[in-house]
Amino acid sequence: MGIAEFFQHLMNGLTLGGIYALIALGYTMVYGILKFINFAHGDVLMVGAYIGLFLFDWLRGDSPLGLWTLVAFFLAMIVSMGFSAAIGMFIERVAYKPLRKATRLAPLLSAIGVSFILSNGAAWAFGTHSRKFNYPFDNSAIHLGGVVITPHQILILVVSLVIMIILKIFVDKTRMGKAMRATSLDQGTAMLMGISVNRVISMTFAIGSALAAVGGILIALDFKVYATMGTMMGLKAFVAAVVGGIGNISGAMFGGILLGILETFGVAVFGIPTGLKDTIAFGVLILILLLKPEGLFGKVEKEKV
Amino acid sequence: MILLETEALTRAYGGVVAVNKVDFVVESGLITGLIGPNGAGKTTLFNNMTGLDVPSSGKVFFNKKNITGLPAHTICRMGIARTFQNIRLFKELTVVENVMIGRHFKTGKSETKGRFLNAINSYVHMKQEEEQIYEKACDWLDFFGMASMKNELAKNLPYGRQRELEIARALATDPKLLFLDEPAAGMNPQETDHLMATIRKIRDLDITVVLIEHDMKLVMNICDTITVLNYGQKLAQGTPREIKHNPSVIEAYLGKEEE
Amino acid sequence: MFNFFLLILIYSGIYALMALGQNIITGYGGLLSLTQAGFFAIGSYATAILTTRFGWSFWATLPAALILSAFFGLLIGLPTLRLKGDYLAIATLGFGEIVRNVLNNWDSVTRGPMGIQRIPMPDLFGFTINPYKKYAFLVMVFVFVGIAYFIFQRLARSRMGRALSAVREDEIAAQSMGINITTYKVFAFILGASVAGLAGSLQAVFSLSVTPGTYTFMVSVMVLCMVVLGGMGNFKASILGAFIIQLISYFPQLTGLSSVIPPQFKQILFGLILVVMMIWRPQGLLGREETRYGKKVAKSRKGGAR
Ligand SMILES: Nc1ncnc2c1ncn2[C@@H]1O[C@H](COP(=O)(O)OP(=O)(O)OP(=O)(O)O)[C@@H](O)[C@H]1O
Ligand SMILES: [Mg+2]
Repeated sequence: MGIAEFFQHLMNGLTLGGIYALIALGYTMVYGILKFINFAHGDVLMVGAYIGLFLFDWLRGDSPLGLWTLVAFFLAMIVSMGFSAAIGMFIERVAYKPLRKATRLAPLLSAIGVSFILSNGAAWAFGTHSRKFNYPFDNSAIHLGGVVITPHQILILVVSLVIMIILKIFVDKTRMGKAMRATSLDQGTAMLMGISVNRVISMTFAIGSALAAVGGILIALDFKVYATMGTMMGLKAFVAAVVGGIGNISGAMFGGILLGILETFGVAVFGIPTGLKDTIAFGVLILILLLKPEGLFGKVEKEKV
Repeated sequence: MILLETEALTRAYGGVVAVNKVDFVVESGLITGLIGPNGAGKTTLFNNMTGLDVPSSGKVFFNKKNITGLPAHTICRMGIARTFQNIRLFKELTVVENVMIGRHFKTGKSETKGRFLNAINSYVHMKQEEEQIYEKACDWLDFFGMASMKNELAKNLPYGRQRELEIARALATDPKLLFLDEPAAGMNPQETDHLMATIRKIRDLDITVVLIEHDMKLVMNICDTITVLNYGQKLAQGTPREIKHNPSVIEAYLGKEEE
Repeated sequence: MFNFFLLILIYSGIYALMALGQNIITGYGGLLSLTQAGFFAIGSYATAILTTRFGWSFWATLPAALILSAFFGLLIGLPTLRLKGDYLAIATLGFGEIVRNVLNNWDSVTRGPMGIQRIPMPDLFGFTINPYKKYAFLVMVFVFVGIAYFIFQRLARSRMGRALSAVREDEIAAQSMGINITTYKVFAFILGASVAGLAGSLQAVFSLSVTPGTYTFMVSVMVLCMVVLGGMGNFKASILGAFIIQLISYFPQLTGLSSVIPPQFKQILFGLILVVMMIWRPQGLLGREETRYGKKVAKSRKGGAR
């Protein structure tokens, strides 16, 4: 493998990984606070992608490629983030909140139910055929010394990077971010400190869902939009979250990128058949669970006896 | 005779050394008290002796056998049973079922190995087995005067009763050594008195008892020997009299004794 | 119409087998497994391949299907069951997808998306159990359901079932009672996997063909729904749940409204059932099975307290 080829795969891996990372953040943030896997997260991504797609098509109308299409794209993305955040908060309020004191299994089952409602509801509402995003700009490849980069890849990388930086600053520096971290460390104490745990949880779902919407729209640039697109994406992003250490925000970012790179290289370099590409993530999950179940950056959590 | 012994047992959680080079000795037939201020490492010591936690270094010997790092279920089967500081009953199961679970590995021919097929193969065998388990469980409930509650769900029992049920469940495993983690916590004075009598009765059944307790009246009353932990280290060991007058213990407990 | 009803009954039976397995895993063991479809597929393909390629009789493939799915149960269970419960759900979900992925791509063995057709009908003492003549098939399926029910019920009422309940209620306390929790979890998982494999075998000889499209995540969710709706920890309830869920899923055809009701109707309803049951009736329609010790108290305590 030549240097150029290596960088080519790395580039492809980074783009894919950036998207995984965005989605993984939602899993990890919710898990950090509620200790529960939000199965419906992948489906929120799908809903976000649909909203973005419809909005973009509508805003764009039949104007030719140009500045307006790019603006329309970002507008659609931002509005979709807002919608998805609202959907995420709504789901939490209706399907998870009543179950905070129930058995461990209850919210998981409820989440599976929500996931099913969303994906099948979308199939019903939007049809089972897949749709494609219109490109918001000219997507002809750029050659950089043997490495081919598409403007999409650049867009994906830039957007995911910017969003992750904003999130990191938000969590580390703002009051709400601190409240979130406190809540994930110890809900009881956080409550005693006057933090409104309900608001923190709502906010967590809102942010996670907004990020999922971005992830969904970015994927949709390269792949298609369909009702069950969230399942596999969600599964892989979850793996990324586990790899990075579930509950750990930087870990999720790293895990996402790592998984993206592993997948790309797995297919391109190690000759894993494309049809079995999805198996890689699963193999990684089993391996990490066996070797380092707390993930690369996670803390070992032992139940206090 | 020494029934259980730890050798320089240490358990560190990151920077916190919860148990620090502790040599803890349990003489068989006695009631041993383990005391110390909050966070002294008492529960951690229990966990490391019962297989729920693995020591960072040091060894645990039970009946001269090295049991360091063995899984909890193996240690239980060797004859060490325990209760928990924050009650861990099988809440949604009935009182008698809780105790029956204590009999889990104690039945008929399958004394050591779970024989899955037994249950399918021979209905008769299973029935006998169940009957035995049930009878034995009821005996233990009688011991605590709880026979009338056997079909209540464990979570519906009053707090004091829950503590007793946990002890009954532990006793059902026929232990040689019983660890009690704050058995009187949350009990009123009458209940505590009753508990003291019960613990003596348990000792009379030839079961060695080790208990963690903050209730000094109870500890001084029923323990034959007491070990004091402070900041993870063994501070002192001796009879209740000796401990009561040990200056370093008094210092560690200053202002705490009244609790 | 009547024939159609028989068909629903047969599917109820096949799914009831899977639901019984799910119940031992989820209802008793408290483990959320989302891969009954995966084991179902393994059982189906085992029977399909062994009968069409190697000329085995259906009956000979049954133990093979059982053992194979049990083996995969062990394979996926051992690493994940040692860890926190939530991971199991994802790992098993992934496993189900992988199975379908492999079925779709391993053309030389599974013939990919085309699937395997012309599976021979089972034969019993010279009598062919023809799925088109549904009575015989119905009887066969329910004999299996009966056997599985009997065995599971026995197990659940023995100390095994109690040990599993203990593991579900509190793993730490269970360990301290001498219960090897990993063994029990793996055991529940293997049992659950093997009945799903058996159901798969029956499915293969009922439809006489197998294609990967049959074994989707939806199947796993349907099975989960059956157990949740009936009541976790209750085998009768699992069977009842299987009937109800099958009735719901064929409701449009039964009522002749399939042109009006959208095809996603049933899946949306399954999702709603899960959410609504968790919030309003987590114990399910029938609730957890009562233990039988109640009756015995009077009898065994005849001597009174000592
Ligand atoms: N799983 C754990 N992870 C990290 N630290 C722990 C863990 N378990 C115990 N510790 C720490 O070890 C120290 C000893 O705790 P331990 O529970 O053994 O005290 P204790 O003597 O039982 O106190 P108490 O009387 O309050 O029950 C404490 O500082 C505690 O915070
Ligand atoms: Mg303690």
